[in-house]
Amino acid sequence: MHGNEQVFIEGISPFLGGYYVALAAMNFVAGYWLWRCRKATLQAIFWFFVGLGYVGYLAPMALSADPHWVPSMPQVIRDTVNLALGGSTGAVVYSVGLLVLLVGLFLLRRFFVQGPVAWALLNLSLLALGLSMTDYNFYTIAAKPDNVPIVGLVFLLGFFTWLATARAVENDARTARGEAVLEYEEKETVLVWPDLVYTELICMIALTAFLLVWGIALQAPLEEPASSVKTPNPSKAPWYFLGLQEMLVYFDPWMAGVVMPSLIIVGLMAIPYLDFNPKGSGYFTIVERKFSYLTFQFGFLFLWVTLIVLGTFLRGPNWNIFGPYEFWDVHKVEALNNVDLSQYFWISGMNMALPKAPPGSGGFVQFLYILQREWLGIVMILAYLVLLPPLLATTVFRKFFLKMGFLRFMVMSNLLLIMMLLPIKMVLRWTVNLKYIISIPEYFLNF
Amino acid sequence: MGRSGIFGAGLSKDNGIDMASGDKQSLGEMIRNSQIWKSIFRHPAPVDRRNRIVVVLTNFFLHLHPVSVKKQGIALSYTWCMGGVTFFLFLVETVTGVLLMFYYRPTLEWAYNDILSLRDVTSLGVLRELHRWGAHAMVITVWLHMYRVFLTGSYKPPREFNWVVGVILLLLTLLLSFTGYLLPWDQLAIWAITVGSNMARATPILGFEGPGQQLLTLGGIDMITSGSDARFGLLGERFVGEVTLNRFYVLHCIAIPLAATFLLAIHFWRIRKDGGISGPL
Ligand code: HEM
Repeated sequence: MHGNEQVFIEGISPFLGGYYVALAAMNFVAGYWLWRCRKATLQAIFWFFVGLGYVGYLAPMALSADPHWVPSMPQVIRDTVNLALGGSTGAVVYSVGLLVLLVGLFLLRRFFVQGPVAWALLNLSLLALGLSMTDYNFYTIAAKPDNVPIVGLVFLLGFFTWLATARAVENDARTARGEAVLEYEEKETVLVWPDLVYTELICMIALTAFLLVWGIALQAPLEEPASSVKTPNPSKAPWYFLGLQEMLVYFDPWMAGVVMPSLIIVGLMAIPYLDFNPKGSGYFTIVERKFSYLTFQFGFLFLWVTLIVLGTFLRGPNWNIFGPYEFWDVHKVEALNNVDLSQYFWISGMNMALPKAPPGSGGFVQFLYILQREWLGIVMILAYLVLLPPLLATTVFRKFFLKMGFLRFMVMSNLLLIMMLLPIKMVLRWTVNLKYIISIPEYFLNF
Repeated sequence: MGRSGIFGAGLSKDNGIDMASGDKQSLGEMIRNSQIWKSIFRHPAPVDRRNRIVVVLTNFFLHLHPVSVKKQGIALSYTWCMGGVTFFLFLVETVTGVLLMFYYRPTLEWAYNDILSLRDVTSLGVLRELHRWGAHAMVITVWLHMYRVFLTGSYKPPREFNWVVGVILLLLTLLLSFTGYLLPWDQLAIWAITVGSNMARATPILGFEGPGQQLLTLGGIDMITSGSDARFGLLGERFVGEVTLNRFYVLHCIAIPLAATFLLAIHFWRIRKDGGISGPL
């Protein structure tokens, strides 16, 4: 094992050395830029020293290729993270943790969009990534060629969310002061040639170079030839569908794989026809369209992207959840004792057996028995999807209802309620081990 | 320069006189004054305002653009350039994809080996890498583009329909990537597609293990079986096999790219017709 570790560290140390040099360069450029601006000399010096730290300390240590010297994530942190995310409550810690983080970032957005804060966060997350790379288990997953784009996605999303939020915060402040938004100042026109054409040309050249470097540095994966008898464990869908695969934990395939994806597409298409708010068209803002902003961010960042990240990095053999520094042990067992709502009601609640049609009874009688068995779940789902919208229309969403009219309101509220089914089902699974609200395996109808 | 009519540069005498009376021509001037060059670009170099307008109007590739744009329409901080980057990646995928088709045969006998030799034998060994990483990147940039369009509220009237076109493009991008994933025919490929397409088995009513599947019966005989359900329609077989490979190949190389090209044309057309890149009123 020790020999292996030596080989592994020697293998990645040149990469890590280059990585820290790149981080240093990043901070030097930032420092230089700030210094040139003349306003932030102190900051410039600070980032310059951060850069020096990378290139003067971390890079040589990484290049030493000695397991004792190569900077790594402290074992205590690794163990704690593994314990928190790899245990039976890993999904709870992960989801709730990220939700709290996102809500915190949103509420304190005026603080986090400031340049130095955002830059410090970027530095910290890149540093954490570098330190984690010396962990063999982490490295195996994060550096898997097909997973590299997802690491990129996370950073790109972070960057662009920061950019959009920074501009929105600025615009909202301007609007509050009665001034015009940032975008308004750039209303004058310029000629497409040369302004746009050259921007496009430069973008194309930069992208081509980027793709070439990526292509040379990282070989496209090719595993063993296909075999329909050797099922890999875990078997994962392509990464962009892992959010849907993650839903399979909570829903049957007909919901997770068919109904939900279709409704995502339909719901996305419906957005322009449901959002009746004329404000916030053509510039970044949060305050002027809080509801649609929060709904979209919840759906995209929380329900879509974080589930992809979970599915990619933390789901291992048997779809068990593993800490990021944990070995993917095929024999890890997780007790699965999920219970249907009907079992809760009849067996635990009423102390009876589940209603069951007498043997040999006809289809219709069987149907009635199934209805009796599942009545509570059916009533709950119907109430959720049929009764809740009018209730919302007359209470919290009164204004929406009046503005949108019956049809648009019903479409919107049902789409929202169906989206919320996922977090609701997650919470029910985590708290009371609920498996299905309606369980009719006879008709493949489990909900 | 620039004295001749818009379309008359190549024919006009003025330029001829310019040429003759001028001192020694530089190589660039010689090329620009040649009949061949002038037959392609029918106006002088875009160095003054008028010719900068003319170049966009008369060039097929540039005419996608308007002549002038609002400054913020080209500001990276506003559009993030993500639509453009997505389109460029689509072009990269088309070019590298055509080249890959020279080397790849979608049969059980050859698919895997052709990919293997692309790595080990064929020169220009990054072809497959460019195509694969470009595909991943395109999925990411199309999401970022949608994210930007949402955050700037650019789907609001009059751009509602272009957003809808965009959502279909998003779906097509994902399907392109999904169908391409199978083609290397390795373990990664068939199992990812198996996991993905197993879902279709549970399609309500039309899937053989979907709710309501019993509804479609004729005289007591199930219409929806593992040999006739939605999944079978997708795979062409009961499992991911050679028929599936052929189907996904055709979808990946012909059907979906054609559909995407068609929709892209509409998407770009509509950007112009909806009044250019969005902005505050
Ligand atoms: C293959 C995929 C796509 C390509 C190549 C593409 C390309 C473009 C380009 C080049 C623009 C010009 C402005 C910009 O770069 O931001 C644009 C604008 C736009 N796109 Fe896309 N797009 C794609 C997918 C989508 C998607 C998924 C959506 C939304 C769901 C969308 C909705 C829009 C809208 C509404 C505009 C107008 C934005 C404005 O005026 O500010 N597009 N698209």
